Formats: sequence, C-alpha cells, structure tokens
Amino acid sequence: MAISSPSYQAADKIKPKQSYWSKISLPWVVTITHLSIVLLLPMAALITKSLTVGPREFWEVATQPVAISAYEVSFVTALFACMINGVMGTIIAWVLVRYQFPGKKIIDATIDIPFALPTSVAGLVLAALYTTNGWLGQLVAPFGIAIAFTRLGVLIAMLFISIPFVVRTVQPVLMELEPEIEEAAWSLGASASQTFRRVLLPILLPSILTGVALGFARAVGEYGTVVLIASSVPFRDLIAPILVLQRLEQYDYGSAAVIGTVLLIASLIILLIVNLLQQWSRCYAD
Amino acid sequence: MSIVVERVSKKFGNFQALEDININVESGKLVALLGPSGSGKSTLLRTIAGLEIPDTGSIVINGQDTTYLDIRKRNIGFVFQHYALFKHLTVRQNIAFGLEIRKTPRQAIKRKVDELIELVQLRGLGDRYPNQLSGGQRQRVGLARALAVDPQVLLLDEPFGALDAKVRKELRDWVRRLHDEVHLTSIFVTHDQEEAMAVADEIVVMNHGRIEQIGSPDEVYENPATPFVMSFVGEVNVLRNARSLLSNAYLSSSSSPVYIRPHDIDIDTFPHPGSVSTMLVRIIPIGWEIQLELQIEENFTIAAQINREQLNQLDLQVGQQVYLKPRNVKSFPEFAHSSQQHFTSVNVK
Repeated sequence: MAISSPSYQAADKIKPKQSYWSKISLPWVVTITHLSIVLLLPMAALITKSLTVGPREFWEVATQPVAISAYEVSFVTALFACMINGVMGTIIAWVLVRYQFPGKKIIDATIDIPFALPTSVAGLVLAALYTTNGWLGQLVAPFGIAIAFTRLGVLIAMLFISIPFVVRTVQPVLMELEPEIEEAAWSLGASASQTFRRVLLPILLPSILTGVALGFARAVGEYGTVVLIASSVPFRDLIAPILVLQRLEQYDYGSAAVIGTVLLIASLIILLIVNLLQQWSRCYAD
Repeated sequence: MSIVVERVSKKFGNFQALEDININVESGKLVALLGPSGSGKSTLLRTIAGLEIPDTGSIVINGQDTTYLDIRKRNIGFVFQHYALFKHLTVRQNIAFGLEIRKTPRQAIKRKVDELIELVQLRGLGDRYPNQLSGGQRQRVGLARALAVDPQVLLLDEPFGALDAKVRKELRDWVRRLHDEVHLTSIFVTHDQEEAMAVADEIVVMNHGRIEQIGSPDEVYENPATPFVMSFVGEVNVLRNARSLLSNAYLSSSSSPVYIRPHDIDIDTFPHPGSVSTMLVRIIPIGWEIQLELQIEENFTIAAQINREQLNQLDLQVGQQVYLKPRNVKSFPEFAHSSQQHFTSVNVK
C-alpha cells in the first residue's frame, strides 16, 4: 500500500492484520486535508449547489441560448488564441534557445509577465491600447475594425494571458534537443523544411500541444482581463465566466452554479487531455 | 573515393581552430584524427563534412571541389558521438530516413534496411525506439543510418566516445572488420591513442589546430616527429635535466629534454654499467602489465613498465633499491625551445 512505510509492510507478514487507519502517515493526512479544504470542498459545493435545481432545470439553464453563445465565445475564441500562440510561442521559444542577442535575458523574463501582472492591470492596458482612440486601435479604426469591446478584443486578451504557456513548455524540450539531430538530418540529405517537418516538429509536437492545452485552459478561465476589454453583451462578446458573474449579480445563484459546473467539467476534460499529452511527450525520453 | 584537404585554415573569433591543414586520404583507407580536446580534430572533420566552412583552403572529395558545397549535396555519412538518432522514429525508420528523403521506392528501402540491420547485427530490434536500445546498439543504428545512403565517404566524430570500455572495444574492432569488408573511405576522430592505433590505417596527430605528424600507427609510435606526438601517443617519461643523471652515450649534446617510454627501461636489483640507482616507491599492477614508480631523488620519479612474470622473478618490494637503465632514449633538439610551451605530457616528473 502506497501510504504505509516499508517497515510496516514487513511487519504485515508476521503480525495479524493491522487496521488500515493505524498505518496512515502524517504527510498523507496533511495532503488529504489540505487538498480537501482547498480543492475538493469548493468543487463539491459547486456541484451540490448546481444540483439544487432539478436535472431537467439544470439542462435547461445549461443549454439556454445565452449560455450556449457564451460557451461558444469562450471556447472558440480561446481555441483561436492558443492556436496562434502555439505557432508564435514555438517560434519565440526557438529564438530564445537558439539565438544569442543583447537583451535576451530581459525578453526571456518578460514572457512571464502575464503570470505575474494582476489581470485587471493587463485589461486596463489592453483596453487603453485597443479602443478606437488608443495607440493601436486608432490604426485599424479607419478600416472599420474595432478591437476593444468586440470578440477581437476577447481574442487579444486571451492571446496576452496564454502566451507564456507554449513558450515555457517548448523551451526546455528545445534546450535538450541537440543541434546534432538537425545536422544528422542534413547529412542524410534533408532540406531545411524536411528537417523541420520530419524531425523537429514530431519531437516538439507533444510539448507544443501541452502548452496549447494549458494556454487554452487558462484562456477559457480568464475573467479579469476580458471583463475590461469586452463589452460583455450577450450573443456578442460575452464569455462564460462573465455570464456566471452576471447571474450572481442578479442573485440567481442556482443558474450561476449550473454554468459554473459546466465550466468545471470542461476544465477537468482539458486537464485530462493535458495529462495524456504530457505522458506522450515523455515517451521518447531516455 | 579520396579526400584531399588543402591548406585549410579556420578561425572562431580569435581562436585559431585550424591552421594550414593538408591531408590526402587515399580511397578505401580508414584514417584517425587524433589529438587532445581543442586540437581542432572535430572542426576538421566537420569542415570535411560541410558543417563548417573553412576561411581559406579547399576540400576535394573524389576529385570534386566541395569546399562550399552544401552538406546535403556532399553525400557523406556522418556518425555522431552522442548518436543523434531521431528518437521519435524506430530503428527501421531511422535507417530508412535518408532513403525516404531521396524518394527511393518502398520495396528498395525495405530491402536496403533489412540488409543494413543484418550488417550492424540488430536483427529483431528493428521496431524498437532509440531509448529502448543500449549505447552500443544505438551507435550501430547511427552507423547503419549513415551507410544507408551509400555515402562517398564516412565521417565519424568520436564514435565510441560515449560508450563504456568493454562495448567501446567490441564496437571499434567490429568497425575495423566492417571497414575491411566495405572499404569505404573513412575518417574518424578520437582522443584515445590506443583506439587510433587499433583501428586506423593511418593516424593524423593534431595539436593546437595544426598537424604534428601523419603516419601509420607504427610510424607514429616508433618514430614520433615531435615531442608532442611522443608524449601523446603512448606513455612517456620526460627528463628535463637528464644529463647529470644519465651521463651516458644516449644523450645528445644539447640540453633539450629527453623522452623515455616506460617499457624502454630495464630494471634489475643489482647495478649494471651505466645504470642508475633508484628507490621503488609504488607498484601498480594492471593485470599482466605492471607499472613501477621509481624515485631517483626527492621530487623526481620515473615510470617504468614490466610484466607480471618479471615482477615475480625479480621479487620486487616497495621501498627496495632497484637499478634502471634506459634501452631507448629520444630527444628533439630542434624543438628545444618550443617544446615546453607546446604541450603538457602525460608523465612529466
């Protein structure tokens, strides 16, 4: 049994069967207690709350048009954002690992800013940049493109907060990848694009996808940045987490919990995928 | 397929990696580039491969000037120290890689891969991934992969460097036998003089980006051209002030250092004419070979080598007085001034 120490296992064979509970070690108790209070209890509370409505009502609330539209805005925009970052993040990681240039350390550190910066600050900055009279917003405004308070704004916010994930998952894999692998491919006649497609990409793909999935999870869950740059008008750029908040503001705790539960299930599925991807990325390791 | 390296020089920043290198490798020969790390041997190999471009000079492979030819078009086989296998591909897929790039028909690829798996003795392991193989097996895959494209020349960069002693010896003997069968012009890089002597037809000894000597293993060992070669290829005692100690006919008139191989020293328990009295301070038995550390005076010891049988006959004990007499002594008067800054020898006492 994983929780018992080896000496207990040896004693097991001689002594009559000891009770299960006497074998529990302190670190195990601490782990379970902490996880229960911090993680499991809130999840249980959320699900319990959502079940106060009947199954039929649950389904109705979970699938009402405004909710469906909010899921769609959340998931589809997040998918776009993290796919763009999948490509850009891989290129950035490549440059950070393979190129030497002044200020590299600073740029490397900057990648983590979305982790550290309070999301409200990020939202504020993005909103200021992308409104029709902001620095960047006024450049595209003449073409009839509005970024702030549209889905494009949601996309920008999600791009911002999910950029570190791909960079930080691909970077260590690239650092371990010896340049000799590429030289081997060249010596066998492979062109630069063949080397990338047949050698580099397959080796990097698991970590790229892991980063994409982590970034996706983060983008779907993001609230603080989006709330400042989106108008949060239903059927336009309302994301699911903000819908939950709107329901709470209307004292509609039941349907807030229902939509919350849907998001919880979605996150669990994403995390499961992340885990599988990580297993895959380790399968070639020595 | 011959390889001619002509007046090749290469600098990395201020570091002179290669200086005026001239080599002529005849078709079908197996040549070792031997030298300590930083001697430029790997840079030279990479230059021949096309992974580096020389600042001056030219590389001619099989009569064709390839100095500026892309590595992809040189049709060379390259084997890496750390294998550099494609870890997401199986053994078969690794070997087939170069053939697939060349758009070889599937049936021909299968035949060639089968043949190579047989050649490198990896039958039954074709569907494994590199991380499921031992170091020796991985390097065999590396070799098969390089041979698959029928290269004009085979270049190996410290091919046995990452393997443990026993596997290293097995694989290097096998590579020698393989070469005798295939006769593919090959150059391999090594820092291990024993390996170079065991495998190569010809050894190019390098130091500080220059060639010190080119010759057969026997030539390089018996007639070293420079003090560096003398001390790098094989063990050697360097006596800087030998005249006062060994006042015999071996010594030239100049005050240049004297080089004596440990096995070129006769040992006895009683004095002979011209022998030197020493104290035996250490006996290091390495199987059949026995190394003796002999102290001539304070802070001045010399290494001698005998075999187990001689040790038993002489019945030597540590602390005992023994007499040594060099059988063969070498000095390089022409290098008297440069030798000291040139190298640090293995056995400077």
